[in-house]
Amino acid sequence: MKTSNETTHRLHIKDMSCAGCVDTVQRTLNSLSGVKSAEVNFAEKTATVTGDVSPDTLVSAVSGAGYTASVLKGEDSESEKEGEEAALYRDLLKRTIISGVISAVIFVVSMFHVLPPLDTGAGRVAWGIVSLLTLFVLVYGGGRFFTGALKSFRNHNANMDTLVAIGTGVAWVYSTFVVLFPNAVGDLAGHLYFETAALIIALIDLGATLEMRARGKTSEAIKRLIGLKPRTARVVRGGAEIDVPISEVVLGDIVRVRPGEKIPVDGAITEGSSQIDESMLTGEPMPAEKRIGDEVVGGTINKAGSFLFRATRVGEETALARIIEMVRKAQSSKPEIGRLADRVSGIFVPSVLLVAVFTLLAWFNFGPEPKLTYMLVTAMAVLIIACPCALGLATPISVMVGVGKAAEYGVLIRKGDALQQAGKLTAIVLDKTGTITQGRPVVTAVEPSGGMSEDEILSLAAGLESGSEHPLAEAVLEAAKAKNLPAKEVTSFEAVSGHGVRAVYAGKTVLLGNKKLMKDNNVALGDGEARAEELSRTGKTVVFLAAGGALAGLLGISDPLKPDSKAAVERLRKMGLKVIMLTGDNRVTAEAVAKETGIDEFIAEALPDGKADEISKLRAKGERVGMVGDGINDAPALAGADVGFAIGSGTDVAIESADITLMRGSLHGVADAIKISNATVRNIKENLFGAFAYNTLAIPVAAGVLFPFTGMLLNPIIAGAAMALSSFTVVTNANRLRWFKP
Amino acid sequence: MTLLVNILGLAAAAFIVWWFWLSKNRPEVKAGDGALDIIVDGGVYEPSVIRASAGKPLRLRFIRKDKNPCAEKVIFSGLGVSADLPLGQPREVGFTPENPGEYEFTCQMAMYRGKLIVEPARQ
Repeated sequence: MKTSNETTHRLHIKDMSCAGCVDTVQRTLNSLSGVKSAEVNFAEKTATVTGDVSPDTLVSAVSGAGYTASVLKGEDSESEKEGEEAALYRDLLKRTIISGVISAVIFVVSMFHVLPPLDTGAGRVAWGIVSLLTLFVLVYGGGRFFTGALKSFRNHNANMDTLVAIGTGVAWVYSTFVVLFPNAVGDLAGHLYFETAALIIALIDLGATLEMRARGKTSEAIKRLIGLKPRTARVVRGGAEIDVPISEVVLGDIVRVRPGEKIPVDGAITEGSSQIDESMLTGEPMPAEKRIGDEVVGGTINKAGSFLFRATRVGEETALARIIEMVRKAQSSKPEIGRLADRVSGIFVPSVLLVAVFTLLAWFNFGPEPKLTYMLVTAMAVLIIACPCALGLATPISVMVGVGKAAEYGVLIRKGDALQQAGKLTAIVLDKTGTITQGRPVVTAVEPSGGMSEDEILSLAAGLESGSEHPLAEAVLEAAKAKNLPAKEVTSFEAVSGHGVRAVYAGKTVLLGNKKLMKDNNVALGDGEARAEELSRTGKTVVFLAAGGALAGLLGISDPLKPDSKAAVERLRKMGLKVIMLTGDNRVTAEAVAKETGIDEFIAEALPDGKADEISKLRAKGERVGMVGDGINDAPALAGADVGFAIGSGTDVAIESADITLMRGSLHGVADAIKISNATVRNIKENLFGAFAYNTLAIPVAAGVLFPFTGMLLNPIIAGAAMALSSFTVVTNANRLRWFKP
Repeated sequence: MTLLVNILGLAAAAFIVWWFWLSKNRPEVKAGDGALDIIVDGGVYEPSVIRASAGKPLRLRFIRKDKNPCAEKVIFSGLGVSADLPLGQPREVGFTPENPGEYEFTCQMAMYRGKLIVEPARQ
């Protein structure tokens, strides 16, 4: 059990040279008061300490034991990671440039016969120097290929390193052998391949540098989200407002947010009000008005007022942290379409090795003289041109960009598979309340029937509803409040279950409720009945008010459409999708809403459990169904659909509940999600096609299949350039998605 | 000479098939109660074959020393588990494999490969 004061620190411990040191450090740390557990890892030279103890105490204790320790920041400290990436990039760039320059020199001296021939003493010395220079390029620019190849080999595994290492290694060994023993291979095969080996390494380094740069851009979306995380919070403690690091904010803290500041964690406003810009999370450009009791979300920006709020979710529990986690996960998941490439890349490298061996044999048995030259050139080209990376990258890199792009539009995709499914949908089923409509009933009509005015009716109705918790009651109270009408004070309040309420006002019995309540109490409805029908035809729920046995008026309550529901439905239909509304409401209301939104097919009076059945029925008819609902009540239906879309206003939506979560309450999110999915899947297909086509065409050409017909052979240097560019091309193509607008 | 070269070539091909595909002689490690360290370096996971018990929480701590960007993610695709692996910092991946079976874990491109063997829980 972790108490609130207990934290975990990580230390980097230098000069730990033996496993025995581990014991010493561990014992030292464990002996400190407040330390609950200390674990020292020799391999990574770190200690992880949990307990109520300051990091300084830990550092000094370790130095006391004769070691040097420094505090490591959090595991996911993104800036640290970025700094590291930048350092890696600079390192790779330096290696590329140095290898490139040396390779260029080797290339020039080899191609233009600058050096004396090998059969002279001076020539052998000069070529010996070239051999050493090449070796330097191989080790400095390509050392990782050789160590990687060796490690993989020992693990019965082979990867790109294997191919590059064998290709360039063989070229160097053979050429050096020729320099040392020029007569051993005969005149014709006496060509040297130093420039080939060096240039291939330089080119592959260049490709890796370009790829790394392009890859950095693919994760921009997640970096943007991480960048939203505030670093400090202004917390009220002991009556004073103090700035504390975000990690020290605990549940229940009262936090102050001033205009223009980022909201540090999730919570509910306790004092003040403001306009809050939530666009970074929801894609919704209009700032939201927030008052006391409203939820605020960490990472969003306070536009105008200053307010206090109580922290309700901190650390990894905040909506932002969960969104980041979800996007991260989705970015590393793969849709079905990528599985074939996975299977192929699993056997790819050994297969290429086999092709290289058979290429050697084919040229040996059937090739012209000088056989050794042809054998070497073709086998080298085969090894170098094969690019498992392009194949392996094709899917994940596009998914990464596509999922990130979607997040920018407030569309959270949970798994790569959802991307692929969303593009194939044929029908979209929309829940009504809270999906098409705002989900918050409001009084939209007040019709007096006797001598009372509209305001009197509202004010009396508010008096009757003030004790009730019915959602319609809230609408009545809101309407009275909006017009600054006081709720009339009633006595002998009594709820009539399922029908309404009864009370006494000014000595008269007053009733507020449905038609049944009126009928049961013998209230004559007169023309009220016809007017009620009229109201319900336009989608309103009618509430009757009677005083002293006579009808006083009617209230029409409706749940207004979201402002852009109609346009979004139209957009979905234009995309060729069948749009169906599914609601538990009665037919009349359902029909009215359907008509207003432009939906021609609807299913009314569906029970909550029955919604999933309706989805199954549609699927049985061969439709690929996307269900859009609120994620909580509609969970079974969302789960039963091909793709479930949970829609939320702001960030209160249960984001883990569906395949795709729409952070912005708008139905446009459905269309955006589908369009982004389509674009991503198309991008994956382009990449896969490119990578498969490249490998299946390039490898045979490199092996020399065109030679008997055209005399064409592929220079291994060209093969190196092609391979270096192929994975860069895949990443660049995926990056095109960043400019996609749904 | 011709025969010798051909025999050598075929032997090399046979070796490739045997070594990379047929030979299963990879060191296995059984996951215990604590976190199991897996080093990611030089294009491989070490250890790369891990045995675990179904229904028992599994804690794997990946330590990435490999600078190659390919190593930056590990994916257990059959289990829906994935993690980013920051360079030089351990990242613990914890989950409970429910169903016995063999699950591959790979990098994004399926070049780095490891296998998680989930054995039925003993009663």
